Amino acid sequence: MTLMTRRSLISGLALSAGAMLTGCDRLAKNESFRDVLFSAENVHRWTQRALTDRNALAQEFSPDQMSPYFRPNGTRNPGTAQYATISANNFADWRLKITGLVNRPLSFSLPQIHSLPHRDQITRHDCVEGWSAIGKWRGVPLRTILNAADLKTNAKYLVFHCADTNGGARPYYESIDLIDAFHPQTILAYALNDKPLMVANGAPLRLRVERHLGYKHAKYLMGIEAVDSLKSIHGGKGGYWEDVAGYEWYAGI
Amino acid sequence: MSGAPIMTTAVAEPDPAPGTLVKRHRFSTRLWHWVNAIAVATLFMSGLGIFNAHPRLYWGQYGANFDKPWLELDRFPGWITLPGSYSLAMSRQWHLAFALIFAFALLFYMIWSLINRHISRDLAFRREELSPSHVWQDVKDHARLRFPTGVAALRYSVLQKASYVGVIFVLIPGLILTGLTMSPGMNAAWPWLVELFGGRQSARSIHFLLAFAIVAFFLVHVLMVLLAGPFNEVRSMVTGWYRLPRDRNVEETGR
Repeated sequence: MTLMTRRSLISGLALSAGAMLTGCDRLAKNESFRDVLFSAENVHRWTQRALTDRNALAQEFSPDQMSPYFRPNGTRNPGTAQYATISANNFADWRLKITGLVNRPLSFSLPQIHSLPHRDQITRHDCVEGWSAIGKWRGVPLRTILNAADLKTNAKYLVFHCADTNGGARPYYESIDLIDAFHPQTILAYALNDKPLMVANGAPLRLRVERHLGYKHAKYLMGIEAVDSLKSIHGGKGGYWEDVAGYEWYAGI
Repeated sequence: MSGAPIMTTAVAEPDPAPGTLVKRHRFSTRLWHWVNAIAVATLFMSGLGIFNAHPRLYWGQYGANFDKPWLELDRFPGWITLPGSYSLAMSRQWHLAFALIFAFALLFYMIWSLINRHISRDLAFRREELSPSHVWQDVKDHARLRFPTGVAALRYSVLQKASYVGVIFVLIPGLILTGLTMSPGMNAAWPWLVELFGGRQSARSIHFLLAFAIVAFFLVHVLMVLLAGPFNEVRSMVTGWYRLPRDRNVEETGR
């Protein structure tokens, strides 16, 4: 092999790498290819659910293992007129509404939430971006509230509606299935690191669903709706980031 | 680092003459090789896209903006990331899809190679190969680019074995396991994974380092293929057929 052909081989490789990259980006815009690519999420979910204990607990840490500072992320203040109203009087007028496929629709005030049996857990928060922070959460197990509301048998998912509207266009929301909803570490948290939840961290109440990435942990909760399908909720993919950018609905990966 | 032999000394027939075409790579090896070529390229480039979302690395259980990183980089440029413009969601979709292909391909290849005895015949070190003088001779041969000729070219040298064994049994499993350790679902299910790597952020750092180790392997691998005769080497990895190199003192023809 002469030097000439070797050089053309190398430049050919570089060219085809560039073409491949352009091709990949174009491929990713093709609807049916996207469906195949995005179906990997389901394979991960099925594999995890099939091979592992569905009720496995996320690791809990001791106080000396906590992050010195717990970084808030995403919306740090919903900034809407509605949120200004409900947060004004130390959330006196805020209510958490449990609606949808339940036999007993419920409405909770913040003092009522505080009066329910709580759970403390020091867990690691993993952002989809890659960073992790360990913090101590206090909240009411979601299943306590679900048992009180008495889910109908056709309820399959819980949708968490938030006060956070991301600039007005689309409200933040998230959803989980019943496996995660009834998991003992899934709590509605109102305190972080022994202090009432700050606005930046989702006051007055946020979801903790410990075996998922951060974007699942909806902040500024306003309502929980039990549904049998996610298709008719907002963009239909089960969450704000799922609808807007194509993040996985199953965020346990 | 040119290839995997099938013909071994166990064959009773006489050695094929230099210059003849012989079957060199098994179908399982060829299939796995090209699946990996695509998967590694996709995983590396989409991985850099994911890294760009938080281009800082930490040791231990936690690590975020207010903690001290051991490495902080600028974002990797678009020509080396997948997709070419920043999209964490799309990088993740590419990465998580090809991670499945990469991991299950290794699993099937390992099982297949146990059954067809690729591991015991071709990859396992023989005792005499591990003597310091033999290893040193192989290092010198590689440094002088004196590649084996004749039937010797059908067997892996000790350095080749070491690098392939390292990739198959250390590097790729390490990438898969550190990747799994970043999954919060797997952390709950298999907490020993987090313990093994000393925390999720440590696993993320090791994952990053191993990714560059596999790129280093790739570069040396391609260099060796180019030096050993790219046409013959690539043909043997595509079709399985390899033309036995002639002795160095014979004029090179028919390459």
